[in-house]
Amino acid sequence: MIIAVASGKGGTGKTTVATSLALAAGGSRHAPGSDPVDVLYLDCDVEAPNAHLFLKPTFQQHREVGILIPDVEETLCTHCGRCAEVCQYHAIAVLGKKTLVFPQLCHGCGSCTRECPEGAIREKLNVIGALEHGSTAEGVEFRRGVLEIGEPMAVPIIRQLKTWLPARPGQLVIRDSPPGTSCPVVETVRGADFLLLVTEPTPFGLHDLKLAVAVAAELAIPVGVVINRDGLGDQRVDDFCTEVGIPILLRIPFDRRIAEAVSRGQALVTALPEYYPQFEALLEQITRAVPERGRL
Amino acid sequence: MKLILSTTSAGLDASLDPRFGRCAYFLLIDPQTMEWQSLPNPALHSGGGAGVQAAQLAANHQCQAVVSGEFGPNAFDALAAAGIDMYKYGALGSVQEVIEGYLAGTLERVQGPGNAGHHGR
Repeated sequence: MIIAVASGKGGTGKTTVATSLALAAGGSRHAPGSDPVDVLYLDCDVEAPNAHLFLKPTFQQHREVGILIPDVEETLCTHCGRCAEVCQYHAIAVLGKKTLVFPQLCHGCGSCTRECPEGAIREKLNVIGALEHGSTAEGVEFRRGVLEIGEPMAVPIIRQLKTWLPARPGQLVIRDSPPGTSCPVVETVRGADFLLLVTEPTPFGLHDLKLAVAVAAELAIPVGVVINRDGLGDQRVDDFCTEVGIPILLRIPFDRRIAEAVSRGQALVTALPEYYPQFEALLEQITRAVPERGRL
Repeated sequence: MKLILSTTSAGLDASLDPRFGRCAYFLLIDPQTMEWQSLPNPALHSGGGAGVQAAQLAANHQCQAVVSGEFGPNAFDALAAAGIDMYKYGALGSVQEVIEGYLAGTLERVQGPGNAGHHGR
């Protein structure tokens, strides 16, 4: 089963919820009489990964990743301009007697290489980031993608993170999404069995929750909501969820102790173990909401 | 001899648009004969690479120079590679003033690129 944790608005508590869910499901402390679940945690927020601060994994593998970009052999190029014509990202330009590649605009689609009538273009790897793999003291398998500073495209890293070292059969995969509702979020959520949306009861939280719910509808993935900092703001997130029929699976109160724990780099359930049963119940509800084929 | 100016609408009376890649119109003009043509910017609403597209357009029309407010890093690199000179509007306020400045050789030459686009990808 693959659970994606996203939010729309940033800073609502995606990582707080995702890390505690991972520890409650797969950590050494679990519901009496049940075995810990085999958990794989993917930090897909490759522009600012931070789940490692809470789960504190030891990394054992590191791999550089990127996209294939065109490499023009000037001696073969006739500057016909076909490559620039077919590039819908304007990542290659033919300027007089020069053919120029703009690696940061390139999406690695390969059209220019394929269309070049002279066979003057070969592809080369342009490194834009890295994937890392390790595990936590509690036995949670941990992977993250890290986009290099200054590189604009997160999606290729996320795509490769999802398929690097396939998950074991029966493994519970938790994907910690970037904020927003743009391409990196869609790539993180795509293929998941369930989307957990963490929001806060504020106008901004509600506004972005609506956008995130629309993304889930587009991808046809079942959704549940976690209201974080419950007790501040107003009723409108509740009203919206009732109106569109989305279950509210967990409420985390607006509590200074949680903010302090997070600021110290502690997972919520580590600092406040009384939350373990609530996160175990959350996982149970998600499992019930997922169609049979996607379950553990 | 051809120049390109970035403008907000078509025609010689158009206001100057300080954004090179994202202007509404490109004014192609021969400063000697004052023969001109306005072209709508095909990259006005494109997701990214507007500067490269604009530079490609300037190269395709065999322009010797472009004048605008700012040139992003991609546009700067592309225009430099094409050997097209870049000048700034500075305090100038009309197409007429820019043409006069170009002919008098008083336009400020662009030394380096400005900021990159702020669009999401």
